[in-house]
Amino acid sequence: MVERIPILKIGETLLVTIQVDFHDRVALALQEDLTDKIVTHSSKGVLIDISSLEMVDSFMGRVLGNIAKTSRLLDCHTVLVGMQPAIAITMTELGISLQGISTALTAEDGMELLKALMSKKQKRVSHGRQIARK
Amino acid sequence: MARENLEFGDGVLLQHCALQTEDDLVLARAAIKLHSTDLGFSKLNQTKIVTAASELGRNVLEHGLGGHLKIDAIDQFGRKGLRLIFEDNGPGILDMELALTDGYTSKKGLGLGLTGSKRLMDEFSIESQPGEGTTVMVIKWT
Ligand SMILES: Nc1ncnc2c1ncn2[C@@H]1O[C@H](COP(=O)(O)OP(=O)(O)O)[C@@H](O)[C@H]1O
Ligand SMILES: [Mg+2]
Repeated sequence: MVERIPILKIGETLLVTIQVDFHDRVALALQEDLTDKIVTHSSKGVLIDISSLEMVDSFMGRVLGNIAKTSRLLDCHTVLVGMQPAIAITMTELGISLQGISTALTAEDGMELLKALMSKKQKRVSHGRQIARK
Repeated sequence: MARENLEFGDGVLLQHCALQTEDDLVLARAAIKLHSTDLGFSKLNQTKIVTAASELGRNVLEHGLGGHLKIDAIDQFGRKGLRLIFEDNGPGILDMELALTDGYTSKKGLGLGLTGSKRLMDEFSIESQPGEGTTVMVIKWT
């Protein structure tokens, strides 16, 4: 069984592909590893591909929510891509809402969304600078 | 659990899984996925069954101090279903009404395991004796 989920760094973003079912410890390790990498690489975006995931239960939902929340505190955006429709329906019935997590249907759409989220923030920063200069 | 057996008849045992470690939970999920595919459940129902089982199996580990799961195929007057029985000899549940409240958790969970799996499955029953353990039975009809 997998012990750690690999995290790829591509420019300013981190890419995680969840391939197989894994136990809770691995999910917690992912949360920790991602936080570390966001800080060491000053990453601005995280893309998590869950298209091969069979289910998201309340534990997994909480982990994904925590990753999104923590990354926001570190000035980084998380986008979840590829959720199977059956999982979306099941999660809703179970009662978990991934509030505050951005989602996209495909990895490509997810990258676009991340870019948009990241540039929005840069605009805000440069706007702030202008005001400061005045 | 005699009551369930009276209500839904004896099943054909498909698998017996220990639930003592996180690895057991991963294996149990894989087993349930396999059996629900065999029984012809739709993708959506497979997902619902595996998710509910993950919640109940985690409860056995987290709250029940470990136990086991019995997976069987049942047939009630021609109606076929997959039945899962989770059993542990843990501390049991003192306040059942509270435990069956959406969002209630005695630990740091989301408190959706029992209520959520009840929504995801077609039949749900829980029996618990404080100090002796807990048994949860769920069924999905094909
Ligand atoms: N097998 C069990 N043994 C003892 N207590 C349990 C068991 N399953 C559930 N409970 C109790 O019921 C509560 C609600 O369970 P659940 O809905 O799964 O939420 P969570 O696991 O997130 O706390 C638990 O917090 C626990 O107090
Ligand atoms: Mg639970």
